[in-house]
Amino acid sequence: MDLNVFSLATQLAVLIVVLAALHQPLGKYLANTFTSHKHLAVEHGLYKLSGVDAHADQHWKVYLRSLLAFSVVSIVLLFLAQLLQRFLPLNQGMGAVDPWVAMNTAVSFVTNTNWQTYVPETTLGFGIQMMLLAVQNFLSAAVGLAVVVALIRGLTRAQTSNLGNFWVDLARGTLRVLLPMAIVGAVVLIITGVIQNWGGTNIHTLVTGAQQTVPGGPVASQEAIKLLGTNGGGYFNANSAHPFENPTAFSSLFQVFLILVIPFSLPAMYGRMVGDKRQGYTVLTVMVAFWLASTIFMSWAIGAFNGSGTSVGEGFEQRLGVAPSALFATATTLTSTGAVNVAHDSLPPLAGGLAMLNMMLGEIAPGGVGSGLYGMLILAVVAVFIGGLMVGRTPEFLGKKIGAPQMKLVALYILVTPTLVLLGTAITVATPALAAAAPAEGPHGFSEILYAFTSAANNNGSAFGGITSSGPGLATMLALAMLIGRFLPIALVLALAGSLAKQRKIPATTGTLATHGPLFAVLLGGISLILTALTYFPALALGPAAEGLLK
Amino acid sequence: MNAYGRQLFTALRFLLCATLLLGLAYPALVFGLGQLVAPAQANGSIITAGGQAAGSSLLAQPVTGTAYFFPRPSAVGWDPATSSASNLGPNQAALVEAMATNRAEVAAREKTSMDAVPVDAVTASGSGLDPDISPAYAALQMPRVAAANGLSEAAVQELIAENTSTGVNAFLGQSSVNTTTLNAALAAVQKTAKGLRE
Repeated sequence: MDLNVFSLATQLAVLIVVLAALHQPLGKYLANTFTSHKHLAVEHGLYKLSGVDAHADQHWKVYLRSLLAFSVVSIVLLFLAQLLQRFLPLNQGMGAVDPWVAMNTAVSFVTNTNWQTYVPETTLGFGIQMMLLAVQNFLSAAVGLAVVVALIRGLTRAQTSNLGNFWVDLARGTLRVLLPMAIVGAVVLIITGVIQNWGGTNIHTLVTGAQQTVPGGPVASQEAIKLLGTNGGGYFNANSAHPFENPTAFSSLFQVFLILVIPFSLPAMYGRMVGDKRQGYTVLTVMVAFWLASTIFMSWAIGAFNGSGTSVGEGFEQRLGVAPSALFATATTLTSTGAVNVAHDSLPPLAGGLAMLNMMLGEIAPGGVGSGLYGMLILAVVAVFIGGLMVGRTPEFLGKKIGAPQMKLVALYILVTPTLVLLGTAITVATPALAAAAPAEGPHGFSEILYAFTSAANNNGSAFGGITSSGPGLATMLALAMLIGRFLPIALVLALAGSLAKQRKIPATTGTLATHGPLFAVLLGGISLILTALTYFPALALGPAAEGLLK
Repeated sequence: MNAYGRQLFTALRFLLCATLLLGLAYPALVFGLGQLVAPAQANGSIITAGGQAAGSSLLAQPVTGTAYFFPRPSAVGWDPATSSASNLGPNQAALVEAMATNRAEVAAREKTSMDAVPVDAVTASGSGLDPDISPAYAALQMPRVAAANGLSEAAVQELIAENTSTGVNAFLGQSSVNTTTLNAALAAVQKTAKGLRE
């Protein structure tokens, strides 16, 4: 299969034009959503039924505690529902899920990872997919939005420790942003051929004479939010490579758009909320630069591959081809999505390595819904700190002092994911019983393990699918990576937001390092790259790089 | 109840209310809209033969014998009860072996040289259910299918052209031939011809 450069360039141009047209209006809508004082009727009802005081302004610790309580309840409920599937409605005759798989899946969907250690077709019925998994697709994305909004409030507020109301932010992100967009997205997907029904069709005699059961299910509704919420958990095992999830090259392009639209609009929301649109544009520029460079590199890595005895084709869909797969593989790993329309395990070594590097970058270009922007803002704080050291002034970010307490939180944030990825990979490789889960010989087996922990700790969810992660050992280790990789950074971000909110606002002087403009954009991009490179290049050299060189 | 307990209880109630909206009302609404806007697609793009459902135009069908066009290799035996890729690494020995075996098989079946076999004919798709093949693979199979069906090569060529992707999807993706709809068209032609003979 060959890369059609003209087609790729056209698709990139279309995406850029559409996203450029949408990011300001959507950013404005998002900013209004999270700053408005009015509640919708349905929100009033929701608050009343769940006993939420919508007027309470929460201390950052209470905000965090609400978030954690919500996540714990979600994990427990999802876990129990899978164990009790036999007794639940719409189970298609499927029984209890293996407890290790159920635990891993519960953690995976609540942390916005959507790592799938189960085979959906043979494990879960409509009921659990629709009423639990898809619901978490909405809510886990809304949690990400809430956290970034709280961080921005920390930057804009002064002399308070309160960051807003978690329940209100959660409800608004879900009901005002994700739900309406998902409805529109689902209908478009149905028109392209994605199914939405309540049962399969038994075909007694196929054209070719054999028998087949054409699968059914509420797929389009789950598909739309799987992409919009940068979740990535497929209704079917093959995810967006499955013809019923992603029927045509057009639907594939539309899915890439759905993945990118909210994350690329968040900088505009940020700019508006801090009252300086230039701040948003600077962050956006860095995100776009990484995304474009990575997409082009990915396309080249796939198009130029010439294996010894193999060539590009295995794991690709003929109806999609190279350009749609390169676009998708980049978007899904630069965000926290993890949906796939090509088997990543069969990607050429450099392309597979790039998919890992995209995640290792911290999923900031543009990153997951909410998590991408807060990851980028943390790096902005690092950039401000280093810039401040260079000019010899106390670093300030949007009128807030970045002192030792703030930098401690930021440094911890930066360390969490690499520690999980490298430690998890090292333990697995060093334990023969665990390493056996990745049976591929040589560096490819190592790549499969490294990819798994990179994906889990960054809450991505895509996989080098050759690995078997359903055993107790790996299921537990990956679940821990997902849990810690999601909630420890969130706790640190909220703590940082709280400490920033407490400060007075210092007026900017001529000596203040500007956090907008090309100079800062280069500093921010450079720091993101250097931090990633220093941390991960040795591991990448053992996996994909070695694989590409050895043949 | 202390603060933690209260938070957990609030969380549970919030989650249950949200489930009613997002887990029931939302998919039901999308189902309704789907049946209104595009029922054929929402129900699985089912194609019929002689009034009977004969498969989905989006899913590959297993082929045996010589009368039909073969889809690409599949890691799941073209059975949509599951879906999967082979997940073999790009340089893995198992993949090299599988591709060589497939190549020899296709070359023998189509009575052609190994070099003439296109890559999509020897590699499994990501889903195992992809119904599409490259125009080159369709052209390779055309003489065999024409002979087995007693049709002229020109007639089969025409059917291939009718089932080749065009327009937006061909440009965004690549030019592909849908074996499921192509085989259905072949079967329909055969049926008509049989009817005329009788």
